[in-house]
Amino acid sequence: MATAPRFWRENPSRYNLVGIKCNSCGRHFFPPRSICPVCHRKSVGKIERVKLKGEGKIFSWTEVQEGPEELSSNRPYIYAMVEMEDGLRFTGQVIDCEPADLQIGTPVRAVLRKLSEEGPSGVIHYGYKFVLRKEKSP
Amino acid sequence: MRRVAIIGIGNTEFGELWDHSFREIGITAGLAAVEDANISAEMIDALYVGNMSAGRFIEQEHIGALIADYSGLARDHVPATRVEAAGASGGLALRQGFMAVASGLHDIVVVGGAEKMTDVSDLDSANIQSSAADQEWETVLGATFPALHALIAHRHMHVYGTTREQLADVAVKNHRHGALNPKAQFRREITRETVLGSPMVSSPLRVFDCAPSSDGAAAVVLCALENAKKYTDTPVEIIGSGQASDTLSLHDRKDICTMEATRVAAKRAFDMAKVAQKDVQVAEVHDSFTISEILAIEDLGFFKKGEGGKATEAGLTGLSGQIAVNTSGGLKARGDPIGATGLAQAVEIVAQLRGKADKRQVKDAQVGLTHNVGGTGATVVVHVLRRV
Repeated sequence: MATAPRFWRENPSRYNLVGIKCNSCGRHFFPPRSICPVCHRKSVGKIERVKLKGEGKIFSWTEVQEGPEELSSNRPYIYAMVEMEDGLRFTGQVIDCEPADLQIGTPVRAVLRKLSEEGPSGVIHYGYKFVLRKEKSP
Repeated sequence: MRRVAIIGIGNTEFGELWDHSFREIGITAGLAAVEDANISAEMIDALYVGNMSAGRFIEQEHIGALIADYSGLARDHVPATRVEAAGASGGLALRQGFMAVASGLHDIVVVGGAEKMTDVSDLDSANIQSSAADQEWETVLGATFPALHALIAHRHMHVYGTTREQLADVAVKNHRHGALNPKAQFRREITRETVLGSPMVSSPLRVFDCAPSSDGAAAVVLCALENAKKYTDTPVEIIGSGQASDTLSLHDRKDICTMEATRVAAKRAFDMAKVAQKDVQVAEVHDSFTISEILAIEDLGFFKKGEGGKATEAGLTGLSGQIAVNTSGGLKARGDPIGATGLAQAVEIVAQLRGKADKRQVKDAQVGLTHNVGGTGATVVVHVLRRV
């Protein structure tokens, strides 16, 4: 079992989808990284933290029957790869829906939810999951 | 650079080897390879050992020294190096041995791979395998190793029309080959119905789409090609070695239906070997899941992108097909003791190129290939081998 700081230090990105923008090329990345893989050394000192919008579409998904022990309370669960409007991709669970509601291309948005807990009296970990999003009418 | 040959091979049976410890299986495979090469201990210049996670599977680190010691080589102070790249640990160890002999630094090197996976529960084993993925941005959020491959499978089916039955055909074919391999973990044939009726793991992947947890070890002996005939009448030359990395997380890849590191490692290996895909008769590819073999045969260039499922269904990857793929039974039926897998692939290809693969022998096999993957494709190692 990991100590709490291992989770705390990732909280900005897990709670608020904080990624980075490389001000050398303008590309976004998530999670944060200190060197832009396109600009390499030119990006040093030009990495800015930015909050991402968290809206996208299902790129691929699966219903997981046998997950890790910490997630046993919500088995089976849906795990998906989501593509954002800028092409950036995330993976996470999709909740409050049934597999029949989902297709590749279904619009979703990120929400803050409980990820796991370390036993009945241990630390509770929070982070992003995805819920279905109604497309705005044009 | 010197040319390098494999002069000895050895492996244990793969499976649930409850009566044997990690060090026992490692030494059994190593000794078999050394006997096959007909060399003595004093001639060994160095050891390389592929192992993913002995620290978590048996709570033992310092694997290089352990294997050197129980091989009886500690008193001679033979240098021993553990190599780790998740599922590609074995193939990467082989590449380190290849580079050591090619460079001229060492003359005779033993490369082994071993994993002991059944000393922990199935759940712990699954968690350890998942640690090849990104712990902070995949696993924590609910990813399992099968779930990540299920994302690939679902997308491949969506984009290319690969069918659920075609995935099953990979497992059926590999079990058919495994039934002919006396050292395979599963030595019985299965049908499409076996796969499609097995419990769901992570949709669309079922139990029979997944390689098992296994114990096992495999080893080879390398020397400079110019000296190989001193030890064996049937040396096999490593004519190409390629390695490539990609992003650790699956979501950062350009295209999850293509394992870019496979394409690049294969190109590097084929360029070095100065042969092409059409020259290869037999290949051992990394089928952690049925979908993995479909990606592999496409990205290695044996079939066009999107055609891997159809090629499998048409029988083009069977023993007498266009290219025989996973004649040993692959990870699926031979078994997948993680760190041993890359070496087990080399052992099978050498047996094929020597013409000693018995009932699974591919006719007139001259050139073979091994393809070893770490994680969902963040490390790939490809070797091309040729009969001398």
